[in-house]
Amino acid sequence: MKAKETKTQEIQSVPSKKGEIHPMENLLRMDRMPHIWCPSCGIGLAVTAFASALEKANIDPNKISIVSGIGCTGRVAGYVKLDSFHTTHGRPIAFGTGIRVANPKIKVVVFSGDGDLIAIGGNHFIHAARRNIDMLVVCVNNFIYAMTGGQVAPTTPLAAYATTSPYGCVEPPFNIPYIADSSGAVYVARWTTLHIRRLINSLAEALQKKGFSVVEVISPCGMYYSRINKLGDGLDMMKFYHDNVEIRHGEDTKNLDIGFQTKIICGKFVDRERPSYMERYNQWLSDVKGGSRDEG
Amino acid sequence: MKANPTDVLTGIYYIDGDVAAGYGALAAGCKLVAGYPITPSTEAFEAMCRKGPQVGTVFIQMEDEFGSISAVLGAVWSGVKSMTITSGPGYSLMMESIGFGAMLETPFVLLNIQRGGPSTGVPTKTGQADMMQSRWGSHGDYELIAISPDSPQEMFDYTIKAFNLAEKYRCPVMIMSDECVGHMTEKVVIPEADKIEIEPRRFYKGPPEEYLPFSPDPDLVPKIAKAGDGLGLYITGRVHDERGYPVKNEEFKAKYVRRLVDKIRLNKDKIIELKEESTDDADVVVVSYGISSRVAVKGVEIARQKGIKVGALRLVTVWPFPDEKIIDLAKKVKAFVVPEINYGQIVFDVARCCHGQANVVLIPHGGAGVHNPLDISDAIESAAKEDKKIEGVVEFKTRLEKIVFERGLKLKE
Ligand SMILES: Cc1ncc(C[n+]2csc(CCOP(=O)(O)OP(=O)(O)O)c2C)c(N)n1
Repeated sequence: MKAKETKTQEIQSVPSKKGEIHPMENLLRMDRMPHIWCPSCGIGLAVTAFASALEKANIDPNKISIVSGIGCTGRVAGYVKLDSFHTTHGRPIAFGTGIRVANPKIKVVVFSGDGDLIAIGGNHFIHAARRNIDMLVVCVNNFIYAMTGGQVAPTTPLAAYATTSPYGCVEPPFNIPYIADSSGAVYVARWTTLHIRRLINSLAEALQKKGFSVVEVISPCGMYYSRINKLGDGLDMMKFYHDNVEIRHGEDTKNLDIGFQTKIICGKFVDRERPSYMERYNQWLSDVKGGSRDEG
Repeated sequence: MKANPTDVLTGIYYIDGDVAAGYGALAAGCKLVAGYPITPSTEAFEAMCRKGPQVGTVFIQMEDEFGSISAVLGAVWSGVKSMTITSGPGYSLMMESIGFGAMLETPFVLLNIQRGGPSTGVPTKTGQADMMQSRWGSHGDYELIAISPDSPQEMFDYTIKAFNLAEKYRCPVMIMSDECVGHMTEKVVIPEADKIEIEPRRFYKGPPEEYLPFSPDPDLVPKIAKAGDGLGLYITGRVHDERGYPVKNEEFKAKYVRRLVDKIRLNKDKIIELKEESTDDADVVVVSYGISSRVAVKGVEIARQKGIKVGALRLVTVWPFPDEKIIDLAKKVKAFVVPEINYGQIVFDVARCCHGQANVVLIPHGGAGVHNPLDISDAIESAAKEDKKIEGVVEFKTRLEKIVFERGLKLKE
């Protein structure tokens, strides 16, 4: 806690050279710092990468809405200086669908956790992919329900411990890129919070895509996942990623299962074109009515 | 503001209540409808899908009711008017997001065509047993508005009113209709657009740097904004301050939630609509809403033919509840008779406001049908004859209930 406070002060007291501002200040709500994330958590890295990607993708931030559900990752919307919506558990994709379909000038980014998006919100995930709603989904996967204190998630690897799998997880986990791919997403990538440069590039690329894009970000959870599984601290997790990640662009998403402390395959797996929901909708409208809505 | 002519399907129709409500939503300027099919509400959603392209309303069938209500909330925050449509089990699934909508002060409309419950119940037949759920169904303290139309024409008219109230008070508005009204086919007149009054959204128009999304106007309702206006909205279901930032201290909780509740309670007089008839010198007043108020008309007529002084109070607005009206009448009348298609919901609010000054009689109905008007007239008659004050709510034994009991379906002693 102490360390975080001093860090914030540092951020705020950086003397501005020739009117320079902190590089992230346009995109983060500095008045909400310090954030709630624990030391060694990777969510902040994912947010930083996202902010860099926004700059890189050169999209008008006033036209982006960021939507989160509930969870540690669910707090992201509240720290990013865009139109931010902190919605209910599992529903950010459905909420974002409403924003996008009602107002196609707005680019929707859903930023949430694996439990939020794949367990309670799993149905919205597959259906938004099927419809190919224009939306970037950033799914931070920490293999656990962190906000509620370390319960088993639909991504918890077999045999890993959680407070509600005290003898090791007996359920096989979901492979998120495979679900996204088979449900129709047009862009699917996975990185860890160690691979910041690649993650930024992927996010920037996905932001430019029309249609449903998914970027999974494997993130350490030092407080719950690592602790209950005795995996060391944040640095140990980074080292683990360093030693165990294999980058395989274009890998068949079937092969992307993650076991307990096994190799993690990262890369860009899917990058294809499919008519987006709004494209089909406009096409259909012009067929039935002879006129389309304007697309932003 | 007048309705937009392209939104209004002006004409004389012979349609059911579901369809009429759908056309009402279009006339009110609803630009996104999201739904998930469920009997007996589906026709309203289908009607909006059919006519959507003609008036520029987008429709989307979501994967479930969680999705449809969430999409509606998203659509409202992207700047349009929006509605979802459901019944029974679907309504139960929407509860969390109704509270979320109330918390964000999101103006939206939910059309509930009530069916017989609980659970799957009798999907194709009527019920009025979601009334308390509509008031208390989501967790926490909040207030909303619920209205109960009793004819296809009213489904059209009051759907427009529901949108207007939602915009005015920035709250969820429930149209608590039922299968009978939803599937009843009657003449519906849709007037010209310039005859339809529309409440515009209370958009903020001041300088962006001064905008406080949750700073209320004198009527306790704040100005709203939309995504994409460069205001950097921060919208959360957590208790928040005027900027929208989460706070968790007692004082803010009290301040914020108090206002959520008070903006409806203190504006009650402007919100509540009642239809009152012959209550001035009545011995008995029938309090009813929705389809039951239509059936009650016959019951009242029969009782009057027998020389009983009976008045009728129809709750067009059910929530907020017209406490003052009941308190006032309770001083003058002998009894209230409340027919409703449930085993007692609104009747308890009537009793609450009576303070024992008048007797309160419930005419229950289990659903899948409506009251027999003879039960209503009999209940009025016996309430008029009763000279004792009876504590609590008295249940009138209807013809149907008698059959049920005679056939030994009651619990064995
Ligand atoms: C309907 C509902 N059920 C349960 C919860 C409690 N809850 C809050 S966060 C959470 C899990 C979050 O896990 P995940 O999405 O993986 O995010 P993380 O905290 O790990 O980032 C749960 C179950 C809730 N807020 N709402």
